[in-house]
Amino acid sequence: MFEAFANLIVYQLLNVSRDSELGATLHFFVMDTLKIFVLLVLVIYIMGLLRALLSPEKVRDYVRGKPKWLARTLAILLGAITPFCSCSSVPLFIGFVEAGIPLGVTFSFLIASPMINEVAAVILVGILGWELAGLYIAAGLTVAYVGGMVMERFKPERWVEEYVWKIHMGQMQALAQDNSLRGRHNYAVAEVKEIIRRVWKWVLAGIGVGALFHGYVPETWVSENLAGDQWWSVPVAVLMGIPLYSNATGVIPVAEAMLGKGVAIGTTLALMMSIAALSLPEMLILRKVIRWPALALYACVLAVAFTLVGWGFNSLT
Amino acid sequence: MKNIKVLGSGCKNCEITANLIKTAAEQAGVEIELEKVTDITEIMSYGVMSTPGVIVDGNLVHAGGVPVPDQVKQWICE
Repeated sequence: MFEAFANLIVYQLLNVSRDSELGATLHFFVMDTLKIFVLLVLVIYIMGLLRALLSPEKVRDYVRGKPKWLARTLAILLGAITPFCSCSSVPLFIGFVEAGIPLGVTFSFLIASPMINEVAAVILVGILGWELAGLYIAAGLTVAYVGGMVMERFKPERWVEEYVWKIHMGQMQALAQDNSLRGRHNYAVAEVKEIIRRVWKWVLAGIGVGALFHGYVPETWVSENLAGDQWWSVPVAVLMGIPLYSNATGVIPVAEAMLGKGVAIGTTLALMMSIAALSLPEMLILRKVIRWPALALYACVLAVAFTLVGWGFNSLT
Repeated sequence: MKNIKVLGSGCKNCEITANLIKTAAEQAGVEIELEKVTDITEIMSYGVMSTPGVIVDGNLVHAGGVPVPDQVKQWICE
């Protein structure tokens, strides 16, 4: 259906040749824009209707006081299904610290949350298929689990800003929830608007980059340089992803284009994770609660983890 | 007069929420006192981790995300 529509627009209305680079680029762009935005709206609306999303306050209640392995498992699983705006990172961090949740567990949560979310998961399945979606999610959860554990070894407590330890959190009042169908519908529509407003730029940019890659990068160049035979392609992908930032949904079309041209799976996954999980804006926000050494360590641990994931998958395939 | 506080560290959603409340009050012709709380210690004292949160006369009525216009009207007119 999306394919037919894209054919109609690009090849007939715009009259661009099917075999040209521009044609391939535009076709990819139109088709992915339609597909991803339709999926986005549907998924967010349904999640909103079910009120399936958890608030960070609830996560905090579930995780606090649990033995460490259970706390960490819960933190990454809940991190994956808790959407939060990066502007909430600071209250979230403080709230976890205040609840006595170990810092390593908090880091696991902070790693999992931007990398995996329910919306991106559905779109991953829709665009890349079950297998790759499963690989990405499993790798992301593993990195979050191990990454938080490694962070803990370095005793990051010493880098937490003084004032954080002094904050006392009040008890959150229970919110009245309108659970009638109308209330749920209103809530779901508001969620769609809010999330789309937050992510549309990243998604469009991702589709644009993916489309250009799809249209203009020659397959022979890819097979010579990025097919997985060169050990350095994974660390280069990770390093490239650090300054680049997009949200988890935005990296999907880029990955789609890369895989389509034959870039190795490990290299692609490493780039996706690096772009989604490591971002400068997020770091600057977290700087309000932890000092630079901890942030540098956080970036290094993640970069190493993504590289290992990339190499692992490349050697398996 | 109602006192409404928007809790949030100054991100975009907090701005949008504050503006929603302001316009809704103007449309309803109700005078309100609108405060933006950006101090993290004060935000946390309400137990809120997901911003923006909204406090009406000392009671938390909303947390996490931009509220629906219908909701905002309710807070002002109740």
